Amino acid sequence: MNFLDRNILTLVTFAPLAGALLLAFFPRRDRDIRIFSFVVSLLAFGLSLHLPVHFHRNLVGFQFEIDKPWVSSPNIHYHMAIDGISLWLVVLTTFLTPLCVLISWKSVHDRVKEFFILLLILETALIGVFTSLDLFLFYFFWEATLIPMALLIGVFGHERKVYAAVKFFMYTMIASVFMLAAILWLYAHTGSFDFVYIRDHIGSVSAFPAASLWLFLGFFIAFAVKVPLFPFHTWLPDAHVEAPTAGSVLLAGVLLKMGTYGMLRFNLGLFPEQSRQNASWIMILALIGIIYGALVAMVQPNMKKLIAYSSVSHLGFVVLGIFSFTQSGLNGAMFVMLAHGISTGGLFMLAGILHERRHTYEISAFGGLASPMPVYAASYLFIVLASVGLPLLNGFVGEFLVLNGAFQARPIYGILGATGVIWSACYLLWMFQRVFYGKVTHPVNNGIADMLGFEKAAVWPCAVAALVMGVAPILWLAAIDPAVQATLNSLPQMVSKVVGQ
Amino acid sequence: MTLALAQLQQTIPQAEDYIRILPELILSLFGILVMVLDPLVDEEKSQKSLGVIGFIGTLAALASTWYMAKFPGLAFSNTIRIDTFSVFFHFLVIAIAAVVILSSFEYMAVQKIRAGEYYALILFGVVGMSLMSSAIELVLIFIGLEISSISTYILAGFRRNEASSSESSLKYFLLGSFATAFFLYGVALMFGATGSTNIDVISQRLQSGPVGLLVFTAMALMFVGLGFKVAIAPFHVWTPDVYEGAPAPVVGFMSTAPKAAAFAVLLRVVFEINAPGRFWFLWVAAALSMTLGNVAALVQSNVKRLLAYSSIAHAGYLLVAFAMTSPENSLTGISAAMFYTAAYAAMNVGAFAVVSHLANAGERYVNLEDYEGLGRSSPLLAATLTVFLLSLIGIPMTGGFFAKFYVFSAALRANLIWLTIIGVLNSAIGAYYYLRIIVVMYMRESRKQVPVSPVSPGLGLALAVSIVATLYLGILPNRVLQVAQHSAETLIPPRFSPAGVAQTTHSTPDSQ
Repeated sequence: MNFLDRNILTLVTFAPLAGALLLAFFPRRDRDIRIFSFVVSLLAFGLSLHLPVHFHRNLVGFQFEIDKPWVSSPNIHYHMAIDGISLWLVVLTTFLTPLCVLISWKSVHDRVKEFFILLLILETALIGVFTSLDLFLFYFFWEATLIPMALLIGVFGHERKVYAAVKFFMYTMIASVFMLAAILWLYAHTGSFDFVYIRDHIGSVSAFPAASLWLFLGFFIAFAVKVPLFPFHTWLPDAHVEAPTAGSVLLAGVLLKMGTYGMLRFNLGLFPEQSRQNASWIMILALIGIIYGALVAMVQPNMKKLIAYSSVSHLGFVVLGIFSFTQSGLNGAMFVMLAHGISTGGLFMLAGILHERRHTYEISAFGGLASPMPVYAASYLFIVLASVGLPLLNGFVGEFLVLNGAFQARPIYGILGATGVIWSACYLLWMFQRVFYGKVTHPVNNGIADMLGFEKAAVWPCAVAALVMGVAPILWLAAIDPAVQATLNSLPQMVSKVVGQ
Repeated sequence: MTLALAQLQQTIPQAEDYIRILPELILSLFGILVMVLDPLVDEEKSQKSLGVIGFIGTLAALASTWYMAKFPGLAFSNTIRIDTFSVFFHFLVIAIAAVVILSSFEYMAVQKIRAGEYYALILFGVVGMSLMSSAIELVLIFIGLEISSISTYILAGFRRNEASSSESSLKYFLLGSFATAFFLYGVALMFGATGSTNIDVISQRLQSGPVGLLVFTAMALMFVGLGFKVAIAPFHVWTPDVYEGAPAPVVGFMSTAPKAAAFAVLLRVVFEINAPGRFWFLWVAAALSMTLGNVAALVQSNVKRLLAYSSIAHAGYLLVAFAMTSPENSLTGISAAMFYTAAYAAMNVGAFAVVSHLANAGERYVNLEDYEGLGRSSPLLAATLTVFLLSLIGIPMTGGFFAKFYVFSAALRANLIWLTIIGVLNSAIGAYYYLRIIVVMYMRESRKQVPVSPVSPGLGLALAVSIVATLYLGILPNRVLQVAQHSAETLIPPRFSPAGVAQTTHSTPDSQ
């Protein structure tokens, strides 16, 4: 291993933080601050591309590992590594951040410096969540995402921003103390925070069988609130509607994935027995989330709230796929995570562009926008179709795989889940029709400006990514598949049992 | 002849005995110096120059503590013991005093308080607190407790012209003397029960013989006295009123230094004596303090009162580390408690330094709404306060996080699952009211004109020290924790060691 391979994860994780620190000493010249943030986030993206390029796809286990003692007592290590599961989530984060900088170019004009500092700190924390293998380090980054996100919502958001920020903070904070308690229990009984060590040695702890359900739930509740799984989802619409565009993009694109990633890595990895026993009610909650989220999305008068509820629905697919315990379901769950990050990120950017011009998200304020803004309408349609799950675009692949997995687990789950695909077509296309087709309903919309250069630069990469992911999913799945296989192999009895039903 | 000589040598203090109280001596000298110089210096300049002398005194005391650490052992007929434990608390209380003195320069000038005796009182108070941490003789501990308490009673009333400050001082004095009387009564009963006031001797006597009702009563009375000093529920009622009225830097001082010293005594009493029947008392007091403190803090609009309730809650978290019974759990408990005291001191002194700066003349601006828009008007000050508040919440990267972490993991190792659950739920509730201050600072626009003067160099240094300490404990907690663990080992008497256990098990068949 050369120097870069050994330290690449440290570099990728902390490059944005270093940028944020430099930014703190920058003079308050907004233009320079924006350019600098963009360069830093592009640099992080460039560095992160090293990961998929040099990733050994046929190797099982963790790669680019770095493991150094940090605190001797308790035994905390600076242990970072990635496998096929976390690889793409890291790249997704670094991919979306430069786009967030671009989309905030004009829309943020007050306290610009603070905004970009928070954005870059948030990026570091998000990457850290996906790369750390030490439970302590993981919790550390997990909590660290909270503050910049809450501040982004609370300082730069819209009318009810304080309410939304505090609600977001309290929901996730209270849920994650349960995870902290579970992590502390694991440490007290194994003497280690190391994920791999705990996974391999937890079976020999005598108190484990009695406590495992509570530990499973401790982790699960923290992740379920983050996902958000029905009925823990109520913070999400508030947070999304009030957040600035870049905040929404990272919130939907990456933050929600922290929850599903956590389930995949920690719930399945550490408590396979409990995951199997609790799978049925979790899958039912996921199905409720899919259908309920879609139905609520359908009746939203507010475009951003509609997209927010569509996230509840789409993330239901991810949870459904994870707890189906099938190769196809898990692959699909991973793929939906990535696809949702790209397409919903794009949708939030597009909604933000409209808000920039008219200062409202109300669908009824628009109508017939296709004639004054043709480029915008075309871009919007493309992203909507990706989100709906049109074949050859990214949404389709993931949902197909998840439904395939759910069908193998229990046919009724597959059938109910499949209705979610129909619902999403309904609410998204209906919204598209109301906003773009027909005659211009409000005269003020006649003079509305089409997409500007930097807006195209922010949205089109999402569209390109959606297309490539839809046409050549194998580029992503080649790395995901072995990692998922390895996760499943740790629970052999489970696969046969669920499939056998 | 040689025997008599040896006895003589034991009773006559040796040179090393004086080294073992060197920090106290230096602090007293500087305190007297401040008092003597007070009438001589110009009224206008007195604040600054006397404060600087006080600050130099604390620095000299810190240096002498470092020197003293090289001479561990007993002194003055076994009344004082210098070990890692007492050196740790010496460092802590003297450092707190140094930072508080630094942050007081500006406050005293703004409030137009003639401040000569103020600095002297802080120095004398620290003498008492240092003595409390090194004394192993209950009577000497009582004397230290009184020295420290009397200084803080007066300090609380230093805003002479304000009725609320006098009220605060009087309340603190009346209730405080009541509580110290409890402690003294406990000491007397303990002497009656065991025939000694020396902690080592008491520990041995309790270990060898049966424990009578008298001992339990004595212990309970001592707990009441110390519980008052560290402001744990149900002995916390004085805290909000006293903190609200007392000058802000003094609150920063008395919510950390005397508490740290009282916790040091409590650690000695609980673990070195191995106090019998303490478990449920501590369990209930910890759960009550955490819950009452946090719930009451939720509805406060005065920042000083809010931080007063928060200090009760933090005393509760700290007390969780005391509810250990087995020897190896006690070790982790003691070190967790010591780490917590240090982390709490760093963040709380810092928070009060910011509060006292913002309070302005007459402490007019201490309500939540006065903090509105602070993130915009003075971003650096707001960011500093945010770091302290995040540490009080217990967010990673700050000392407050590791402090809670050590306490709760010690509790879980001792299988105190319910206490841990109460604790973590409380820290989630606690997040809300600290967050409210941050929300007000960053997310609301100021509605009224609140003048914020530029930060003076002294205060700047104080804030820098607190923030560095808070982040240092949050990023590299190793060193401090190792010192705490080492002191925990010196605190637990040898009977706890495996060798001691083996001896007793060996001797039982013989006696039968």
